[in-house]
Amino acid sequence: MAAGVATWLPFARAAAVGWLPLAQQPLPPAPGVKASRGDEVLVVNVSGRRFETWKNTLDRYPDTLLGSSEKEFFYDADSGEYFFDRDPDMFRHVLNFYRTGRLHCPRQECIQAFDEELAFYGLVPELVGDCCLEEYRDRKKENAERLAEDEEAEQAGDGPALPAGSSLRQRLWRAFENPHTSTAALVFYYVTGFFIAVSVIANVVETIPCRGPARRPPREQPCGDRFPLAFFCMDTACVLIFTGEYLLRLFAAPSRCRFLRSVMSLIDVVAILPYYIGLFVPKNEDVSGAFVTLRVFRVFRIFKFSRHSQGLRILGYTLKSCASELGFLLFSLTMAIIIFATVMFYAEKGTNKTNFTSIPAAFWYTIVTMTTLGYGDMVPSTIAGKIFGSICSLSGVLVIALPVPVIVSNFSRIYHQNQRADKRRAQQKVRLARIRLAKSGTTNAFLQYKQNRGLEDSGSGEEQALCVRNRSAFEQQHHHLLHCLEKTTCHEFTDELTFSEALGAVSLGGRTSRSTSVSSQAVGPGSLLSSCCPRRAKRRAIRLANSTASVSRGSMQELDTLAGLRRSPAPQSRSSLNAKPHDSLDLNCDSRDFVAAIISIPTPPANTPDENQPSSPGGGGGASSTLRNSSLGTPCLLPETVKISSL
Amino acid sequence: MGAVMGTFSSLQTKQRRPSKDKIEDELEMTMVCHRPEGLEQLEAQTNFTKRELQVLYRGFKNECPSGVVNEETFKQIYAQFFPHGDASMYAHYLFHAFDTTQTGSVKFEDFVTALSILLRGTVHEKLRWTFNLYDINKDGYINKEEMMDIVKAIYDMMGKYTYPVLKEDTPRQHVDVFFQKMDKNKDGIVTLDEFLESCQEDDNIMRSLQLFQNVM
Repeated sequence: MAAGVATWLPFARAAAVGWLPLAQQPLPPAPGVKASRGDEVLVVNVSGRRFETWKNTLDRYPDTLLGSSEKEFFYDADSGEYFFDRDPDMFRHVLNFYRTGRLHCPRQECIQAFDEELAFYGLVPELVGDCCLEEYRDRKKENAERLAEDEEAEQAGDGPALPAGSSLRQRLWRAFENPHTSTAALVFYYVTGFFIAVSVIANVVETIPCRGPARRPPREQPCGDRFPLAFFCMDTACVLIFTGEYLLRLFAAPSRCRFLRSVMSLIDVVAILPYYIGLFVPKNEDVSGAFVTLRVFRVFRIFKFSRHSQGLRILGYTLKSCASELGFLLFSLTMAIIIFATVMFYAEKGTNKTNFTSIPAAFWYTIVTMTTLGYGDMVPSTIAGKIFGSICSLSGVLVIALPVPVIVSNFSRIYHQNQRADKRRAQQKVRLARIRLAKSGTTNAFLQYKQNRGLEDSGSGEEQALCVRNRSAFEQQHHHLLHCLEKTTCHEFTDELTFSEALGAVSLGGRTSRSTSVSSQAVGPGSLLSSCCPRRAKRRAIRLANSTASVSRGSMQELDTLAGLRRSPAPQSRSSLNAKPHDSLDLNCDSRDFVAAIISIPTPPANTPDENQPSSPGGGGGASSTLRNSSLGTPCLLPETVKISSL
Repeated sequence: MGAVMGTFSSLQTKQRRPSKDKIEDELEMTMVCHRPEGLEQLEAQTNFTKRELQVLYRGFKNECPSGVVNEETFKQIYAQFFPHGDASMYAHYLFHAFDTTQTGSVKFEDFVTALSILLRGTVHEKLRWTFNLYDINKDGYINKEEMMDIVKAIYDMMGKYTYPVLKEDTPRQHVDVFFQKMDKNKDGIVTLDEFLESCQEDDNIMRSLQLFQNVM
């Protein structure tokens, strides 16, 4: 629990006095905490440096080393102090955590050493206060990354292991996505890369003019027209391979629709389509113009390289994410171009034989000037034109220079982020899980305590003492408080599974089977007595009756219907009013024992303290345990019950 | 005295800074330090010994260095004891029962006075305190609506996962039972005398009142 909550527990328990008039059942007796000797000062000697603190301060966090009885292992009776052979500088931070409730991270210490100290004293790293948390995490991540790099350099990284029974499809897809997993995938990867390069080079070389053999006059022809067959064969081969690859990917993709919509597949399609269109288009002059245009799309094959290079992908992603900056750049450029083109046009209007024939014609001049290219094909000749021209070039430098660093820094940020994003996500999951576990720890502790009470009632005082010793005084009192609340409201705390079971049972409707008669019989004599003996008798009766799982399920909902039956008759007289609390008392005793009966089963029979009823593991055991295991399967509760009882 | 000094200093700092930054103002308010009366006085007013008062104050001061608890902090503290459900409404009523002067904050004296009644007080005092808790509008009578609010707040603390499953009209039935027992003349409201009388007739309540004696 959080800091200082232990301080307020007495007040919370005292405030429970407010529930008393409402409680319809007698509240449970308070735990017998041995009289505290008042507060005392403890001396903690850490490697020679003495720290003194109140015992209450350390007791605030009972699940740490200093707050629990674990520190007794370090007690030195001769000197009357607790001796720890650890770093005294780090201990200061640990002790301050007890005092203030916030764990701070020392700036000048190694984060690994700090972690080790925390682990020794039983403090979870998640307790680091918000003020130091960022820095702590960053340093820890840096450390972990450095260590991870070293490790990776040592051993060849292996891809994640595939589940054994994966289909051909899944293996294919994995081979496509991570080429490093198997040799065949790697070969395929390099082969496709090679063919992409070959295809691109062929496209380029096609257009180089080759000098033909002695032709008069020596006419230069592009190589593509000189060796049409060779290029056609090469093109066909490449396209065949690309088509095969595309079809294989389509087959292996886990989600075909998503694959069809992805960018890479679109690039693939665009790369191979011109060839097929070219096949079916007849070679006449009318459409060959369009056909030639299509060939331009073959250059998109170069984008297929982005599968092979992560940097390229990141560049593409950066451009996509810098869309706003790019948009701003474009917009401001357009504005400036229009302004300056207009100005230049009107400035140069008077000159004859001028290049600035219209404003759109002046656009070309403005762009060339603003990007400081300065081809010189259009130059102003008037003085005004020259002045505005120089202003144009100066402003061009500024306008373009502004968004570029933003885009660059975006790229670098995204690149590094990409590296760390996955690691951060994993850490977050772990952190949240731990916090959830710590939070549920308190609820589980109370439910655990209730199960132990089920053991206590029937067991001897020895068992009781054993169970009790595991909980600190604070926990005992807190559980007593929760128990009082249960008694006040006549409802019990359960966990989610039992609750949903009970809900389901209620919705199924009452199955008043033969167990009705048995339990009503059991209730009869029980209502006159008030303590544990009738509970035992009832438990025996219930156990005998509920020897089958189905009946036990039925009696669970049957108890609910009993509750419904008892609630409906409105009490009229004072005497029946007095009877009603007793009824609800018995009802709850039934349910509690019933729950206890089921829960005591998972413990191994050898350790059951239930000597009076040797039939307990036998009769209701097998069936109830199957009920428990099959329907609930709460692994978190089972090992704990075994642990407690095996003491 | 401490309170006066504290508010005076905060007023001064407020005048020095004309900018009305809300966060700064809140920060200054929390700097207001309230010091309780002397140890001897508190010992005389309550049923605690000096040592007990020392332990209590140390814990209190650690939690609230400014010396006062406001309702939000109170709700948070109380919520930690009942992680299953929602303890905010009951904490609200409890806070107003503690805050006898209705200032919106609980000082150490209020805290210790209430604890003294609850832990070391006579049966009469405890019952009177409980009546005061139930009487939300502090008019000296408990009517069904007030009781309904209190009972609902208590049931809220149980949370969702209970056995048996909480039904919609459980609180109402509980209130009806309570009124059946407490309201002697059946006029729909419970006065302090009816309350004291009914509680003293009930053995369960009398026995339970002794439960929390050894909390300290």
